[in-house]
Amino acid sequence: MISNGLNSATYPEIVSASASQISLSTELRSLLLAELNSSWSSTMLARLAAQRLAEIRQVFRQPIRSFSTALNYHIDSPDNNPDLLWEFSDANKEKVKEIISQYPSNYKQSAVIPLLDLAQQQHGGWLPVSAMNAVAKVIEVAPIRVYEVATFYSMFNRTKVGKYHLLVCGTTPCMIRGSREIKDTLLKHLGVKRNEVTKDGLFSVGEMECMGCCVNAPMITVADYSNGSEGYTYNYYEDVTPQRVVEIVEILKRGEKLPPGTQNPRRIRSGPEGGNTTLLGEPKPPPCRDLDAC
Amino acid sequence: MGLGLLASKAMRPASRIFNSQNPRNFLFRTIVSKPELQKPETSAAQAQPDPPPVDLPPRTPVAGARVHFPNPDDAIEVFVDGYPVKIPKGMTVLQACEVAGVDIPRFCYHSRLSIAGNCRMCLVEVEKSPKPVASCAMPALPGMKIKTDTPVAKKAREGVMEFLLMNHPLDCPICDQGGECDLQDQSMAFGSDRGRFTEMKRSVVDKNLGPLVKTVMTRCIQCTRCVRFATEVAGVQDLGMLGRGSGEEIGTYVEKLMTSELSGNVIDICPVGALTSKPFAFKARNWELKGTESIDVTDAVGSNIRIDSRGPEVMRIVPRLNEDINEEWISDKTRFCYDGLKRQRLNDPMIRGADGRFKVVSWRDALAVVAEVAHQVKPEEIVGVAGKLSDAESMMALKDFLNRMGSNNIWCEGTGMNPNADLRSGYLMNTSIAGLEKADVFLLVGTQPRVEAAMVNARIRKTVRANQAKVGYIGPETDLNYDHQHLGTGPQTLLEIAERRHPFYSTLANAKHPVIIVGAGLFEREDKDTIFSTVETIAENAKVVRPDWNGLNVLLLNAAQAAALDLGLVPESGNSIESAKFVYLMGADDVNLDKIPGDAFVVYQGHHGDRSVYRANVIFPAAAFSEKEGIYENTEGYAQQTFPAVPTVGDARDDWKIIRALSEVAGIKLPYDSLGAIRARIRTVAPNLVHLDEREPATFTASLKPASSQKITLTPFENVVENFYMTDSITRASKIMAQCSALLTKK
Repeated sequence: MISNGLNSATYPEIVSASASQISLSTELRSLLLAELNSSWSSTMLARLAAQRLAEIRQVFRQPIRSFSTALNYHIDSPDNNPDLLWEFSDANKEKVKEIISQYPSNYKQSAVIPLLDLAQQQHGGWLPVSAMNAVAKVIEVAPIRVYEVATFYSMFNRTKVGKYHLLVCGTTPCMIRGSREIKDTLLKHLGVKRNEVTKDGLFSVGEMECMGCCVNAPMITVADYSNGSEGYTYNYYEDVTPQRVVEIVEILKRGEKLPPGTQNPRRIRSGPEGGNTTLLGEPKPPPCRDLDAC
Repeated sequence: MGLGLLASKAMRPASRIFNSQNPRNFLFRTIVSKPELQKPETSAAQAQPDPPPVDLPPRTPVAGARVHFPNPDDAIEVFVDGYPVKIPKGMTVLQACEVAGVDIPRFCYHSRLSIAGNCRMCLVEVEKSPKPVASCAMPALPGMKIKTDTPVAKKAREGVMEFLLMNHPLDCPICDQGGECDLQDQSMAFGSDRGRFTEMKRSVVDKNLGPLVKTVMTRCIQCTRCVRFATEVAGVQDLGMLGRGSGEEIGTYVEKLMTSELSGNVIDICPVGALTSKPFAFKARNWELKGTESIDVTDAVGSNIRIDSRGPEVMRIVPRLNEDINEEWISDKTRFCYDGLKRQRLNDPMIRGADGRFKVVSWRDALAVVAEVAHQVKPEEIVGVAGKLSDAESMMALKDFLNRMGSNNIWCEGTGMNPNADLRSGYLMNTSIAGLEKADVFLLVGTQPRVEAAMVNARIRKTVRANQAKVGYIGPETDLNYDHQHLGTGPQTLLEIAERRHPFYSTLANAKHPVIIVGAGLFEREDKDTIFSTVETIAENAKVVRPDWNGLNVLLLNAAQAAALDLGLVPESGNSIESAKFVYLMGADDVNLDKIPGDAFVVYQGHHGDRSVYRANVIFPAAAFSEKEGIYENTEGYAQQTFPAVPTVGDARDDWKIIRALSEVAGIKLPYDSLGAIRARIRTVAPNLVHLDEREPATFTASLKPASSQKITLTPFENVVENFYMTDSITRASKIMAQCSALLTKK
């Protein structure tokens, strides 16, 4: 999600800044050509300087990049500090054993990602530092080796998220199809900022990279942590519109479940809207050599 | 682009841009500095035809790099810039270039750490390779044609450099690394004269790594040398690489101080100014400093150091390369004890008056008073103790002086009352520090090398990592930074091993190169002879001492010990200090002052107002190790000498000169007036001490020693060094060491 932040949050500013730079250069060039024969006047310099200053101000105005759900370092808080006791639940301890059994016994540390994922599901969608320490203990490595992994992957949340963590795809195809409006609608509807949890603790909105649903863009993902690691789901809702995401949120708020997939009633999965327009008949087999003739 | 730059751009165009042949120059600011660099591929093709000259002058390898062929059949030949080089199989392209005398720029590669290959600065061109290759991570293959000076390689470096400088702050003028910064030097040599990055530079939160290492993490270029050093050499897995992409940073994630006794070395290996010395911050520039190559005296390892001084002040201490002793690391105590040299110093001869206060007197008066008192007491009531920082010359002079006075009650601190000085093998590290790397099983008896000799511990750790060597440890619970078996706490376990009842015995007996290290802390025990003979029994049974391998070692505690025992500083009677009337303490601060009788006359000769000064009647100010020329022998019998880096403080004098002057006032003039003369005298007693920078191994093994009939006591071994950071008068006077012991020692 680090790169997420760069992608969508700052893109407009960067784009506009570079656009103005280009226009400045061409403008400057024409100005230079126009005034080539005359001597450089101080007014000219002042004008250029003022322009440049405005531009610099523009660059500085860009918002501070908001990183995924957390900083790259830990700050102790009452619900997230190394002194808190954290353990895998009994059911999950079995799963831990099973996960570790999939790796050679001398490469236990390979299980770090599935174990972190399991810990995250158990802990309501986020990893406190004590959970990472517990994982380090299980796989017998220094805690820092687990922190390295957990900070690298943006799918590991290191601050609190809602029971339903809504992730809006922000990659180009979805962005072209209006993912920004969807995100804005979600944030406005829930009354939160990005990666902030609603007051009732139900929702948080994040951003993510391409999930490969570009044919059904735009899409959102709902990570459902409301039932621990047993009832954990990670569903895609595709072809969403600003109206539809609000409806989805309301459905989830009522505690109902919603079948995943495309939200456009006129589409079947990733098929074209309103049914097929080509390839309507039975496909003709490719021409084949008559083997019997040989 | 700032306003000033804009103005300068604006002033320049008419003459240059528009008269230029190449109108593209106006629209695009090109990064490449030369026309051939703009199209490296074509110019490389042009450069191709000319064949390498035949009669090339031989090049010398970089920094005297030596090539060691483990197996002569495995030699392969590669060509570096046309020069044929023979290297063993398995070497990397970068090492091959070094052998060929070409220094490849690098940031992340370090010869003593694992290969990361993430800075990309070492890109070189290899013929038939479509892209430049990272030479540090690429194994050299037979017949490889490596080109380090082609436009492709140059452009690759320029590009990498531009990326590295993208987020690097332009704060060289306020950076402590300035002048000795790899990034600075290499950007001058290989970088471009401009960059194209106009966005905001990133900034990173500084981490608190403790009182020794200052961090400015914005300067970090993510080479991960410090992470690898902490994990591989120091053995504290605290540092890591957090985040990813542009948000990547080095840190500990949770707030954690770097609790390693080697943490100061990350300052040296950091190629930029991200990790610098906190005590040295903003104190001096490296080009103002005078470097004096000297020897460390804070422990018995004798690490090779360079004392950097400015005028009369020691500004910092940095390591010197010595593969046999400290490789290129030093411990934090060695590196940061130097501020102790500026505090609590004794600078004038002083006599304690009737009111109990010290009065400054002249040397003449002080010497006269001491000589008079020395003549008033009986010879057997005269006692001399050499401190742990004493050099061989002063111990020789003290012993000669006391012998001429008729007394033979002289010893060195830490060697105990009845030291075994007859056979050198009984108190030396016979395997040698570098020799430990061959070992596959270690048995540590009553020693905690991590606090007693951090560099020896680093060697053991290196061996444990490289050979999967097993370590058995007998002594109080401790944290060695490698896997070890805690066998027991006292002589009981030792007896079990000697009687072959302990499972560790078979491990030791089956080892190819077993090593037993006995701590010098045991010298102080009543039953030390029995313990040593038990250890010798183990050594004999397990064949630790063989004609080709001597694995029986003693790890000494302080710098003076080995030389003192070589010179025969052995007291005549064990409890002479309790009946002494005249006590000469030469820098001895760890003697039990309560044992000295109340009516005894105590002379303290030393450089610091430390513990013994409270009991002294007369003080002779002496020079510290940074101010004198003196021979020290380390725990493996390697004689080295210190050199004066700064002038002495006040009216202080070299130790041996004070004793020589005192002997003249006392009427028994010692026959040496110069350093050469006293070294000639040492040569007659212990000739190995004057063979400088040479290790003189012990000739006879301990088997010649008579068996001891003492009864072994079962009291467990004790911690010998309570606080790693404060062990002698210099470190006790140091403020930095006090901070370290407050913050970093485990409670």
